[in-house]
Amino acid sequence: MSFDLTRRRFLIGSSVAATGLLTGCDAMVQSTTVNDILQKAESLTMGAQRLLMSQQTLAREFSEADLSPVFKANGTSQPDSEDYARMTENNFADWKLVVNGKVKTPLNLSLADLKAMPSRTQITRHDCVEGWSAIGKWTGVPLGLVLEKAGLAPGARYAVFHCADDLEPSLDGSGRYYESIDLVDAWHPQTILAYGMNGKDLEVAHGAPLRLRVERQLGYKHAKYVMGIELVESFKNLAGGKGGFWEDRGYEWYAGI
Amino acid sequence: MASVTSGVTDTAKPKKVLFYRHSVAVRITHWLNVLCLSFLLMSGLQIFNAHPNLYWGQYGADALPDPSFISIGAVEDGNTIKGVTRIGSLSVNTTGVLGASTEDGELSPRAFPAWITIPSYQDLATGRRWHFFFAWFFVINGLVYLLYGLIGRHFRRDIVPTKDQLTPSHLAQEIADHARLRFPKGEKARHYNSLQKLTYMAIIFIILPLMVLTGLTMSPGFNAIFPWLLDVFGGRQSARTLHFISASLIVIFVIVHIVMVLVSGVWNNLRSMITGYYALKFEQKDEVSK
Repeated sequence: MSFDLTRRRFLIGSSVAATGLLTGCDAMVQSTTVNDILQKAESLTMGAQRLLMSQQTLAREFSEADLSPVFKANGTSQPDSEDYARMTENNFADWKLVVNGKVKTPLNLSLADLKAMPSRTQITRHDCVEGWSAIGKWTGVPLGLVLEKAGLAPGARYAVFHCADDLEPSLDGSGRYYESIDLVDAWHPQTILAYGMNGKDLEVAHGAPLRLRVERQLGYKHAKYVMGIELVESFKNLAGGKGGFWEDRGYEWYAGI
Repeated sequence: MASVTSGVTDTAKPKKVLFYRHSVAVRITHWLNVLCLSFLLMSGLQIFNAHPNLYWGQYGADALPDPSFISIGAVEDGNTIKGVTRIGSLSVNTTGVLGASTEDGELSPRAFPAWITIPSYQDLATGRRWHFFFAWFFVINGLVYLLYGLIGRHFRRDIVPTKDQLTPSHLAQEIADHARLRFPKGEKARHYNSLQKLTYMAIIFIILPLMVLTGLTMSPGFNAIFPWLLDVFGGRQSARTLHFISASLIVIFVIVHIVMVLVSGVWNNLRSMITGYYALKFEQKDEVSK
């Protein structure tokens, strides 16, 4: 067989083929059936990690010498609400952490209350889902202690962190940052509500007055500007229903990989 | 199909003997591997595009003063942009391919071009979903192959070079033959040659496992489970760089592999990886061994 294939025809042909292939790929990418199948790998990853790690398995801790010279601030670096601006003016003296939902005793804790509780300091690596890492030193109260103080009510399965920042401007509040973890991670020894970073009070760019550290997962789980913790049975009544700002935008809820 | 028979003047056709070269396990795992590696590469480049900088060590965020040593980025150039690929202090203009390339008819800042990423547009979440799905698929397929290779004696029979294949004179001869694209015929083509065996061994036992291990080293969860991986690779960011380098080595291997398939009898090679049967061609005077 012989083709009379001019260069021009070849170029047109191959670019049509390439475009066809691209749109074919993108159509496949957007298919819900395909996505449902691909998403099964997330449960496999979580199952495998949970099988291999115990409640006590710690993330690597580093020394002072390993600290990043500059810790990159990502996501929101300055929440723009008036409420938040008022709180920063008096150094979060009026700020209260609200703990509610499926708990026996709802709590209202000031920064002083949290600082009076036992604390943990850890030097850990922060891994952004994009691929970069930074090492920082975090001081805070173990989340488990706060949850024990409130006491879990029946049906409590996840701790949801409500934040002060709108990462995506919206009228209906759907751009408000929030995150959630399950009780396994909530009681992990390195899961802390951090109010200190690198030996100083947590800066606004890093989530003042309080940010979650959940060291065996990626950066987007580490909610900044935490205003409240709500214990829930499921995510279905929260924003997009997937358990977090980025989860509602397609990212995995279990961010251990 | 006619084949060139050197030094033979008569018209006797070479005798063709089909023999069963690739077991069904090898053929299936081979093609599944093609599928997995293709999707892993394309989704991996999508993930890389989210932060197209590479570092060495535990951390690295391209926040001064911890700059990357490799980066693929875009810089403003008048009222357009240009793609710049940088290795250390060496910068190269790579507009059109790396750093800046056409997306929806417009020159856009993106490390790898749209035609090689899944999806074609920037979407890290989807890229990750595809990557991890095919990573699991690849690992399970690879374990099946390794298990078969050991139990079915595929490694010992087909992959590990024999003693006489490893003598310096034999290796030198093979290198010279490869350079002239002169491939073994007849009985000598029954087994892989030693360069082939050594390359397959490097890919099967070093590069592909390195790919999996450096991938796991980037996972904060697996870091907690296997903290020694961080020590082996010198940190999460080193592992990320090694992941990129081993992926590049696999791409180079695949290119050479395809070229070799093309130049050493494409239909015979393809048939053997599909049906299992490979044809040996003998000159009539040669002895055919069973």
